[in-house]
Amino acid sequence: MLLIRCPYCEEERPELEFRNAGEAHIARSANMAGESDDDFEKFFFIRSNPKGIIYERWRHMHGCARFFNAVRDTVTDKFIMTYKAGEPKPSNLPKISNEVVAK
Amino acid sequence: MAKAAAKKTAPAASPSIERRPALAGRSTAATGAKVEALPPADRISLRAPETSTAALSKALGVTLPKKPKTSTMKAGRTALWLGPDEWLVIDEAGNDPLADCAAVSALHSAVGISHRNIAIAVTGAGAAAAINSGCPQDLSLDAFPVGAASRTILGKAEIVLLRTAADAFRVECWRSFSDYVFTFLSEGSRDAAI
Repeated sequence: MLLIRCPYCEEERPELEFRNAGEAHIARSANMAGESDDDFEKFFFIRSNPKGIIYERWRHMHGCARFFNAVRDTVTDKFIMTYKAGEPKPSNLPKISNEVVAK
Repeated sequence: MAKAAAKKTAPAASPSIERRPALAGRSTAATGAKVEALPPADRISLRAPETSTAALSKALGVTLPKKPKTSTMKAGRTALWLGPDEWLVIDEAGNDPLADCAAVSALHSAVGISHRNIAIAVTGAGAAAAINSGCPQDLSLDAFPVGAASRTILGKAEIVLLRTAADAFRVECWRSFSDYVFTFLSEGSRDAAI
């Protein structure tokens, strides 16, 4: 089972308590009615779906119930870091190795 | 259920206020752990910004905890940290915390959930093992000390877990899930003895 660090609970919790909530940092237009159909389609349907680092929203559904953001590698499924909702995209990501480290 | 209904003779004038708690009186005892339904209590779900916590703590008579996964207790009233601005307040002394919050003018939302939740006590040497049969959290005393409280899951149902002693837990679940949670814990307590 994956352990995911919740930035509000300040500790690692089992993945069963969490829900994925799609891609993070998608800004909603302040003037939604003025959006063209193409722009709205991009905002509403088009997601980056990268192979590698992805920024996602997660929710600690069965815990503090708060939304937060996480950086995850879609290849290894490893969480690189998590941070509170509303905080900017981290500029420097911590390096993590793909080897299993005994604790 | 029928037995509980027969025992209580509600006054004829107010038959609608007769309370029939789910699981009333149910308990199972295995070698390692005992699972039993706890008596009804007064509860509120409290949401408030940080600026209101001092006034609410004063009105409730119990300091609202600010640290994750902690709880505070005073005179039969327990405040459990559920989220950064969310608490569950349980009163077992019969004083409604909702009435205490009503007098507070500071911004807050208090919702009475006394009848929504059912409390189950899991006690004994195998209590943690019984809960861990369906709950993925680390319940060792280092990670989950006495007084620690957390919303989490048990099998398919959401629960609020509070450690009341080294070998005792209070499990709060929604009334409609109570039969499932009680049975799950009973099975778990049997497994914990092995």
